[in-house]
Parts: sequence; structure tokens; C-alpha cells
Amino acid sequence: MATTQAGIARRPDEAGLTPLLEVEDLRVEFRTRDGVAKAVNGVSYTLHEGETLAVLGESGSGKSVTAQAIMGILDSPPGFVTGGSVRFRGQDLLALPDDERRAYRGRSISMIFQDALSALNPVFPVGWQIAEMFRVHEGMSKKDARKRAVDLMEQVRIPAARERVGDYPHQFSGGMRQRIMIAMAIALDPDVLIADEPTTALDVTVQAQIMQLLADLQRERNMGLILITHDLGVVADVADKIEVMYSGRIMEEAPVHDIYASPAHPYTKGLLESIPRVDLKGQELSAIKGLPPNLTNIPAGCEFRPRCPYAREICKEQRPPLAEVVPGRFSACHFAQEVLEGDIEPAQQ
Amino acid sequence: MGRYVARRLLQMIPVVIGTTLIIYTLVWSLPGDPFAGRCGARPCPPAYVAAMTDKYNLDDFWLVAYFKYLGNLLTGDFGETFQGLSVGEELLRAYPTTAKLALVAIAFEILIGIGAGILAGLRRGSYIDNLVLVSTLVVVSIPVFVIGSVLQLFLGMRWGIFPATVGGDASLYNLILPGFVLASLSLAYVARLTRTSLAENRRADYVRTAVAKGLPQRRVIGVHTMRNSLIPVVTFIGADFGALLGGAIVTEGIFNVPGVGNLIFRSITARDGVMVTGAVTVLVLVFLLVNLLVDLIYGWLDPRISHG
Amino acid sequence: MADPTPPVATQAEAPETTETAVRTLGRDAWHDLVRKPTFIISAVLFVFFVTIAIVPGLFTSLSPTDCALALSRQGPSGAAWFGYDNNGCDVYTHTIYGARASIMVGVLTAIGVLLIGGVAGTVAGFYGRATDTVVSRLGDVFFGIPLLLGALIVLVSFPGGADTPQLVTIGKVVLALAALGWPQIMRITRSSVLQVRSADYVQAARALGAGGTRMILKHIVPNSIAPVIVVATIAIGGYIAAEATLSFLGVGLQPPVVSWGLAISRAQDYVRTSPHMLLFPASALSLCVLAFIMLGDAIRDALDPKLR
Repeated sequence: MATTQAGIARRPDEAGLTPLLEVEDLRVEFRTRDGVAKAVNGVSYTLHEGETLAVLGESGSGKSVTAQAIMGILDSPPGFVTGGSVRFRGQDLLALPDDERRAYRGRSISMIFQDALSALNPVFPVGWQIAEMFRVHEGMSKKDARKRAVDLMEQVRIPAARERVGDYPHQFSGGMRQRIMIAMAIALDPDVLIADEPTTALDVTVQAQIMQLLADLQRERNMGLILITHDLGVVADVADKIEVMYSGRIMEEAPVHDIYASPAHPYTKGLLESIPRVDLKGQELSAIKGLPPNLTNIPAGCEFRPRCPYAREICKEQRPPLAEVVPGRFSACHFAQEVLEGDIEPAQQ
Repeated sequence: MGRYVARRLLQMIPVVIGTTLIIYTLVWSLPGDPFAGRCGARPCPPAYVAAMTDKYNLDDFWLVAYFKYLGNLLTGDFGETFQGLSVGEELLRAYPTTAKLALVAIAFEILIGIGAGILAGLRRGSYIDNLVLVSTLVVVSIPVFVIGSVLQLFLGMRWGIFPATVGGDASLYNLILPGFVLASLSLAYVARLTRTSLAENRRADYVRTAVAKGLPQRRVIGVHTMRNSLIPVVTFIGADFGALLGGAIVTEGIFNVPGVGNLIFRSITARDGVMVTGAVTVLVLVFLLVNLLVDLIYGWLDPRISHG
Repeated sequence: MADPTPPVATQAEAPETTETAVRTLGRDAWHDLVRKPTFIISAVLFVFFVTIAIVPGLFTSLSPTDCALALSRQGPSGAAWFGYDNNGCDVYTHTIYGARASIMVGVLTAIGVLLIGGVAGTVAGFYGRATDTVVSRLGDVFFGIPLLLGALIVLVSFPGGADTPQLVTIGKVVLALAALGWPQIMRITRSSVLQVRSADYVQAARALGAGGTRMILKHIVPNSIAPVIVVATIAIGGYIAAEATLSFLGVGLQPPVVSWGLAISRAQDYVRTSPHMLLFPASALSLCVLAFIMLGDAIRDALDPKLR
């Protein structure tokens, strides 16, 4: 498949070092009674130490499923990884037996989830849940582990951590719960932290605090951070690189500032235009028309064609591979160059 | 925790008053002769009628009479049968045996019921899952007294593995068969509930978190999934305790276990209404107390309750 | 077709929700049901038992009073497939005729609890506040008395004899069970009504000034009744078993009524020598209970979108 080759060809590592995490041509499908839903269709991306990668896409674009496949926490059945590899420091995690794979979870790669209230176990104290990391992975004593849990709670700036270590998740506010989730995830100093919509369930003011905390922790610990979100506004300040996903595939990859200045894919362009902006106050907000494709029956040709304002004949027949447009920028569009330069007219409907 | 217990105890008072009032009204204060069918096959002797009318203050206004009766209950005075037996003493004698039987039954519910439910819930769609589903459905649909009779016939009489009747010797071994029969229905429900609850919780977000933490599968299920899954099961066992007590009447009757149930069973046959109502009232009170206990366990299992 | 849609849909992340075909829940449920073996089996059994109950004459040419003491306790043979009971009555005929009383008790009790519990639950859920508190507490009081124990008290308080008309005997059992069974339906109706009441279309109708009774009949009842009916169906099985247990204890139905519970009770004394007397009525009873439980289960599974 064209995507694959593009995926491999475009990634000579600049420093010549093995990247922290390499996802290559990853494929995931869900086998349900309504058919097979192809949730992830050949996703490739690379993450380096200290780098923040934002994965952007709407619900059902496959961004969370990709992360779950990397962690090895897909609900299976119905979810199955059907192809590709996930290499952590060169080691393909998908090829490891369950037992060895487990050793990477939480220690090398860890994850925080969108809804901390449901992601934390309601019947155990938060301190106990953080301490569990030390007790299980490092065989630490109950007392020492608890002390470390308090330290971590202080690091994620939970006030009165020592008094609150025995409290239960429901006794905390949404923002504090997410901090606990973060404390648990960074407990063993992982190299990669995956944050799946970490601020979606929170108030706007709290969102900024949590993003700041994540950014600080990432800098202090030189972690690779994968930030999954549907909110372009969230990533602008913290991300280095953006992957835009649609229908289980990467549509565009670019350094964060380039993408805001000049998107190279109609989908990214649509996303950017649908953000309310102060300087365009009073103008009609544009939205992407239509709905994402049904993953059990992805149409031939370009996945985005039915919703694309620039769609031409060729888009019906050929699926555009992810290809380099200008150095460091990739787009899966037949007219990437034209979109990038703003040199294309909407098709006549 | 202390405040929670106090609140629960306070909430129980109106329920206790309500239930005893209903029972009292049914037994003594409905139109018609309260002594019809209370003294065996013959009408009650006039002396007994006079004594009981006096004892239960039946000449007083209904509600007044009820509160006097409640006062008697609180001092442990359950009245006398027409044969002059003290209901309270009879109950006291029979009570420990029934408690023992109920404990045996609950042990079966926990061991077999929860055990089978876990096996089935962990391997949904497997052979063992289907076996549990079908066998519990069969058990649920056969009334306890049929199961009792059949097991008594085969395990007790034909094959002689267990004693067919218990009689005076209510040892733990002798109570195994009646305890199992008594537990059978609830056991089936417990197995099904555990299965569903476990299967539901395995998909919960916090279980996914536990996996993402790199915990071994054993710990993910044994610690994180199990505790949450057992919350509804514990509630069920408590709420179902009433059915267990009702079933004890049948089971103790069949196996001749000298407990409260058997007392009721015999009193029904002898048409001794005073004994029946006294014993049932006690069972209802025990049921309410057990429910309180289960609420407390529930609060401990699920911190969201007691702190909320 | 191209409605402007915000780029960020608020659907769940699961890819299976991208299903575009719109199917109604009701049609979907029916589609599911007719392909489910448990539904087909239980539906066939249901029709079968109801037919027996309505026209027992179709299945046997004998009458339950055709008994000859000479045939007492003879085992199954070509002439009498199920054998004879201790009075020399044909067990097959008795099993056929026994269906009517047992099913009548089950169905009538279900109707009774639906009426009492349904009305109480709807009123409590719809009007809320003080009404809700009073109804709910009253329900708690009745819920505090286990079904079998409470029914026992009621029936002991109203003893009947051989001279009591059959319908009165059946009516007493129905009343006893319904009087204690209604809180279960009340609670389910109440929570179901609470859910419907807060639904947008009900709020809308309310804002448009629809009155209480009209709201209840037009919006609340049709939309909240499904789970209630399911529970009532399953409960019929339980009521049939409870009737049999009460009859077995000697306080439920009384001869000359013909019922499975009575037949099993009679067989109890001869279980060693004439197990056929127990086997056939017990199997019929269990099969019938199973049919109702399975039927309710199948409908519930089909209606529950969570399990789809």
C-alpha cells in the first residue's frame, strides 16, 4: 500500500538515533455484529525524547484507538490489531508475549484518560491507587509506597496532599482527579506519556492549569508526550508536531506553527476555519459539512471527498497517500500543494 | 460511620412499626372473630379467649391495643399458645438452629454461587458459562420444596450420603443437605448476578486503567474488578435474606430441623395462630436487622455511599 | 442532505456507533426476539400452558373427580401414563387440571400487583415531593415483610375449609400475594416514570400546558411501562411457585381445588414408594415457572439497548 511506503520513506531519523516510539502502518479493526469497523488504517508516527506530538481528530477518527493499541489495552474482542508495529526504543511491543508486554505498561509508557472519575477505581483511596504502582512494579513496602504517593501528589500540586492521600476519587474535584490520574501515570518515570483528551471533561480555567502541569512535567522529565485531542486550541501552545487523523488515517503531519499558518489538507483547513476567532467577529463561522464515513464501509477513493469543498474527479477513484509536500510537511491530498498555497477554488456542486 | 449507623437505625424504626402494625392488624383487628381457626380443629376454649382478650387488650381501641402489644414485644413477651406454651421460650429454643441453618445456606451461596458466577463471568460464552446459565435457570424454576423432596429421597434415603432428617441433632454435618436446599434458589440468583456484574465491570474504565498501570491480570481481576462486582451481589444476598427465612419454613419442615421454620410449619398444621404470628414477627424483625447489617457492609464496600 | 454539522461530533468514541441506518428500538427488539431460541421455546410453552389452563378438556377425556381407590398409587402404565395418586385419581388428568388454578393465581396476582404497584409507582414518580415520600415509605414497610412470610400470616388469619368456594380460596391466595408483592412493581414503575418524566418531550408537553392525568396516560405510561411488564412477567413464575409453596404448607389452596402445589404436597408422604406422584406435577410446575421466567428474560434482553 502506498501509505506504508510513504510512511517508511519519510522518516530518516535526523540524529541517526533510534526514536523513542515508532508506530508503523498500524491497523486495528473492531469485529461487531454490524460488520467489521476499520478503526485504524495504516497509521505511522514517530516520537522523540522531549517531544510533544499532538494527535488531532474528531470522535471516531481512530486517534484514541491508536493510543489503546500502543498501550495494549484494546478491548479485545471486539478490537483486534491486524497489522503494523509499535516499536519502543527499537523493540516491537506487538511481537512480545503478554507477560513481557506488561512490564512496559506504566513503567515505560503510561497513559492518562479523559474522564478521571470513571478511570479511577471508585472503591480505593487515591493514595492507595498511586502507591499500587510502586508496590506492584517495585515491590515497595506499603509505608514507603504511601510516602511516595504523597510526594507525587505534591508534585502535581494537590493542596494538603498528606491529608488527602486517604480520600476517595469522588471526594475530589474534576481538576484534582485529573491531577491524581497524572500522578499515577508519572509515578514510575515513564519515557512516553499518552494523554487521551486529558482536559475535555474539565472547565476551561482548569483545562489551562492541567495543560500547564503536563507541559511542565514533560519538560522536567524529558518525556515524549502524545497529546490526543479534538481541540485545536489546546495544542497550539504545547505541541511540537501535529498529526491530523480522519477515518483511521493520518491526513496531515506538520510542525505546529506551520499548520496554523497554512494547512496543507482541506480537512485541517476546515477544522481551523471552524474555530471562533476574535478578529473575525461578526462573520459567519464556517463548519465542515456532512458526517465522517461509516467505518464498516469506507468509500473508495479519498475518505474525505464527500465532505471536501475542493473534491475533483480523481478523488473519487484514487485514495491519496500521505506524501511530503514541502520538507517536513506531509499531506494526504491530491491537491496538497494547491491547498497549501491557497491556490484552489471550491468545486462546483 | 457512627452517624451513618445511627441514621440507618432511626430510619428502621418506622419500618418496624409499620410491619408489626400490619401483622398485628391482620391477626387481631380485622372484622370477624379473631379466634376462628386459632386453636386447632376445635373452637378456642372460653377461658383462653378471655385470657387472650385481656392479654392483647382486644377490647381497647385498635391502635391503643397495638402499642400495648408493641410494648410487650419489646420486653420479649410474645404471648402464649392455647396449650399454655410460651411463644417466646419456644422461639428462643428454636432460634439458634435456624441461625445455624441460615449461616450454612449463606456459606453455600457465597462459595458455590459467587464461585460459579466468577467462573462464568470470566469466560463468557464458554462451556462453563453456558453450563452455569442453564443449570441456574433450571434451579430457579424448580420450587424449593420439590428440590428438597427429591434430594432427600436420593441423597438421604436411597443413597444414604446425608441424613434424611435432622431431628434433635442439629450438627453442622446434619445441616449440610437442608442448608444446600435452602440456599439453592438464592444460590442460582447469586451466580447469575455475579456473572453479569463481573462481565459489566470488566469493561469499566477503571479496569482499563488497571491494565494500563501494568498490573498482572490476576491483580486486575482479583483486586480491581472483583470488589466492584461484588457490591450488587452483597446487596442481593441481604435483600434476599427474607426469602431465605421464608424458605426455611419449607426446608425445616421437610428435613425436620428443629428451628423456627419448623415451629411455624408445625403450628400451621396444628392451626395454632398465635405461635405462627409470633414466630413470623420475629423472622421479619431479623430480616430487617440483617438488612441494616448489609447496608453497613455495603457502605464499607462502596465508599461512595457512607461518605456521600 | 448536507446539514452544517460542527466538525467535532459529540458522539461516543466507539466506532460501532457510526451505524447510519436508523432502526426503531421496538422493531429491533422484535427482530431480535423471533431469532432467539429461548424466546421461541418459552413462547411455545407459554401458549401451551395457557391453552391447558383454559380448555383442559382438550387434553384429557377424564375429569379430576374420576377416581377409584382400587387404583391407589399404581405406577405409570399404558392406561395411565403418569400413574395414579393415593386417592386413585389419574395423575395425568390432575396435572392437566392443576394448570388452571396455578396459572390463574400467577396471572391474577401479576394483574393485582400491576394495578396497585403501577398506580402507586406512577403517582409517586410523577407527582414527587410529599406524595412520593408517603408512597415510598409505605412501600418500604410492605417490602420489609418477605413475600412468603407475609402471605402466610394473611392466610393463617383467614383460614378456609373444604366448604369454602373454589374461587374464594383462589382469591384469598391472590390477595395475600398481591398485598405483599406490589412494592416491587411500585419501585420499578417509580424509577421508570422518573426517567420518562425528565425526558425532553415530557418537559415540552408540560411547558405546553398539558394536564396531569392527560400527561400520565398519554406520555408517561406508554413510555415507562416496558420494564414494568417485563418484571411482572418474570414475577408470574415466582407467584406460581409461591402458590405451590403455600399450598404445600397447607395454607394456600385447599381441596377440592386441583393444583400442582396440592398434588405435590400430597405426594410428599409417598415419595419413597410412589415417586411418580411427585415427579409429574413437579415437572409441570417447574416447566411452567421456567416458561414465564425465560419469556420475561428474553423480552428484557431484547429491550435493553445496553446489551445490544
